[in-house]
Amino acid sequence: MNDDKITNILVCGIGGQGVMTAADILAEAALRQGWDVKKTEVAGMAQRGGVVTSHVRFGRKVLSPQIGPGQADILLGFEIAEALRWANYVRRGGLAVVNTSRFVPPVVTGGLFEYPADPVRQMRRLGLEVHAFDAAATALALGDLRLGNTVMLGAIAEHLPFPADVLLECVIERFRKRKPKLVEANRRAFADGRAADALSAPAPAASQPV
Amino acid sequence: MAAPQGAPAASRLLMSGNEAVARAVWESGARVATAYPGTPSTEMLETLAGYPDLYCEWSVNEKVSLEVAIGASMAGSRAFCAMKHVGVNVAADALMTLTLTGTVGGLVVAIADDVGLSSSQNEQDSRFWGRFAHLPILEAADSQEAYEMALYGFELSELFQCPVLLRMTTRVCHVRAVVAAGHRVDRPATGFVKDPARWVMVPGNAARRIPLMYERERRLREFSEDSPLNVLHPGTDRRVGFVASGPAWLHVREAFPASPVLKLGLSHPLALAKARRLAEMVERLVVIEETEPLIENELKAAGIDAHGKDILPRFGELAPATIRPAVLRLIGEAVPEPATEAHPVFPRPPTMCVACPHLGVYYTLSQLRNVIIAGDIGCYTLGAGHPWNALDSTICMGASMGMALGLDKGRAASDANKKVVAVIGDSTFLHMGMQGLADITWNRGNVTVLILDNRAVGMTGGQDNPATGRDIRGNPAPRIDFAKLVEALGVRRERIRVVDPYQLPVLFKALREETKIEEPSVIITNQPCVLIGDYEKLNPYRVIDEECTGCGNCFEVGCPAIHLTRREKVVKPSGKEVELMFARIETEACTGCGLCVQPCAPEAIVHLAPVIKPVVPIRPL
Repeated sequence: MNDDKITNILVCGIGGQGVMTAADILAEAALRQGWDVKKTEVAGMAQRGGVVTSHVRFGRKVLSPQIGPGQADILLGFEIAEALRWANYVRRGGLAVVNTSRFVPPVVTGGLFEYPADPVRQMRRLGLEVHAFDAAATALALGDLRLGNTVMLGAIAEHLPFPADVLLECVIERFRKRKPKLVEANRRAFADGRAADALSAPAPAASQPV
Repeated sequence: MAAPQGAPAASRLLMSGNEAVARAVWESGARVATAYPGTPSTEMLETLAGYPDLYCEWSVNEKVSLEVAIGASMAGSRAFCAMKHVGVNVAADALMTLTLTGTVGGLVVAIADDVGLSSSQNEQDSRFWGRFAHLPILEAADSQEAYEMALYGFELSELFQCPVLLRMTTRVCHVRAVVAAGHRVDRPATGFVKDPARWVMVPGNAARRIPLMYERERRLREFSEDSPLNVLHPGTDRRVGFVASGPAWLHVREAFPASPVLKLGLSHPLALAKARRLAEMVERLVVIEETEPLIENELKAAGIDAHGKDILPRFGELAPATIRPAVLRLIGEAVPEPATEAHPVFPRPPTMCVACPHLGVYYTLSQLRNVIIAGDIGCYTLGAGHPWNALDSTICMGASMGMALGLDKGRAASDANKKVVAVIGDSTFLHMGMQGLADITWNRGNVTVLILDNRAVGMTGGQDNPATGRDIRGNPAPRIDFAKLVEALGVRRERIRVVDPYQLPVLFKALREETKIEEPSVIITNQPCVLIGDYEKLNPYRVIDEECTGCGNCFEVGCPAIHLTRREKVVKPSGKEVELMFARIETEACTGCGLCVQPCAPEAIVHLAPVIKPVVPIRPL
């Protein structure tokens, strides 16, 4: 990473999915690498099922906390339609690591709007490298849907400008402090997310560090 | 969230702007801190309550909150008060005379403007209050600045013996950034000194304080010119220079790193001489501020030519991506191609939670005909949305009361048959609704008031209020009894009902009866917010596929755990075409409240395992 390069990660999803926690952990890992970090989101009414985005920026010196359209190096999408909503924030050739499971809101259930058809293909058409897999299924296979955000962190781990273990350590430490019983489950979730990301890369060895 | 409380001095911590302010308030030796919850300000007091050695409270509203802080300052303690932008409207009565009395112990009022309306009914620029009340304004750009300015605010307050307004925005309050923190300094109260000429603001005394206020403002203006918080960064590219404050400063630095910038930290009174010096250095001057053109207009009034809102948005958040193209266009440079347009995706408006007790209320209200429903501020404002459409107004905290009375008294002949209902939450009622209800009873309004008591300030994250029986630190506290309170406010005992909102027929009957009777009535719902500890989960329900007839009644409840499996168009014997909607319940999300079971026509919704829910009947007083 050159001196003034800022790494921009946009995390998106819906209220209650753990978007902000994941972004907090990413920010914490970057801080431990000695970087200046800013992390921002507008949460407000988000805990009522609304859209949540969190911007994580780190580098030698971070000024504005906001990532602009076309600036994100990585989009970490916790829900596939949300990932599509924010896809234009990713720079040309940038990467999107996305959960393909769908959270259908009442306005779609009620027939007022349609859920987009094949969001992954739409994102690829916008020129993004898309790594898509069902993180909810991965979490459920481990016995708890709430492991989903650790799965997503595992999935992004290979694409960061620091070793995956730094991120893993931040995840583990968080659980060690608050819910020690969940440490092992989260370690597995992280590993499974990493494996799922490797498998979801569109072509062999296509996943490149940013 | 890294716990900032108890962190050692000089640690490099990731803190939100709100956490950073809390840390500074604690370090300053402040002895009293107050607030009413409100996005984006809530976490300041929430964080402070985790620190030892100071008194913290959730106040009933922002005016009381500020008054408590004023009293503490008068007693010689450092005091802190936080509120969101609309909270200042409530506190303004106190603020506008506090500027005459001034302060003893340092008093910092942190005001969080919700620029971009993430969770507010309007967008206001609170920097106006500095002009209106002749008080200094500090504008923080990020967490480190918020920390430093909150600490410095106490010094400034004691230097000029007036309150200091610390202006934050959502993009400061909720951004986490690196902060180097310090030590707490103990600061005992200096003691109350009797001084009626200063503290008793009768006209004669107040008139003598006005010249002192103006003199203070003059000294503050001089002080601002020399303040190290107002820094002129010379830059190298003189084609355009900027005056910027708050987070806008960071955006400008990022968008135009080589341009001269006057960074205003103490933004009011304005450091005019520094601005003039900058204007002489550059070809064009652009003011970047959120959201009103306050600095811009003051520069123009002083004869300094400046751009600002002529090239930038008049409302909403600024960002490098908005500033850069606007300024490049101004200086005649090529504007880079914008990023691709966003792909259109359905909106995702906030919804009520699975099993929220408000669902029962809004389902019932949506089934009533000929009602006008005045609403209020809180989670239950969502009742205006899909699928209930059962709320006709929202203006400000407590407005449902007065507006309902006005809708009754001002009703047209064509509305003679309409029933007027007001819907308000527990905390909002105590914040500013009680007086409105007194007005309804006193003036014999024909209004039915629904108090949705969910034992929490739900929208801001479930904080306590005077009716929850707990204080800000979770300790047991006296608890207001709504039924007794509304009776004391003049509602006849027979017209007060306490109802379980999960018992739809009971709620429906209560509403029908009370709206029919032409006098003030109050229905209090008594089930807790599903996000707080008081809520008890029950066994989930499921839909028996073979028995679902697609009537779609359950969708009208609006519970996010009910999903559509398929639609089907059928022609009824009458020849009318109807669309059937078949349902599924998401077992992992369902908490077994039983609301959807009640309107289900074919009784196709059953428990995964049989459970008997205790029935809470209408409780007579």
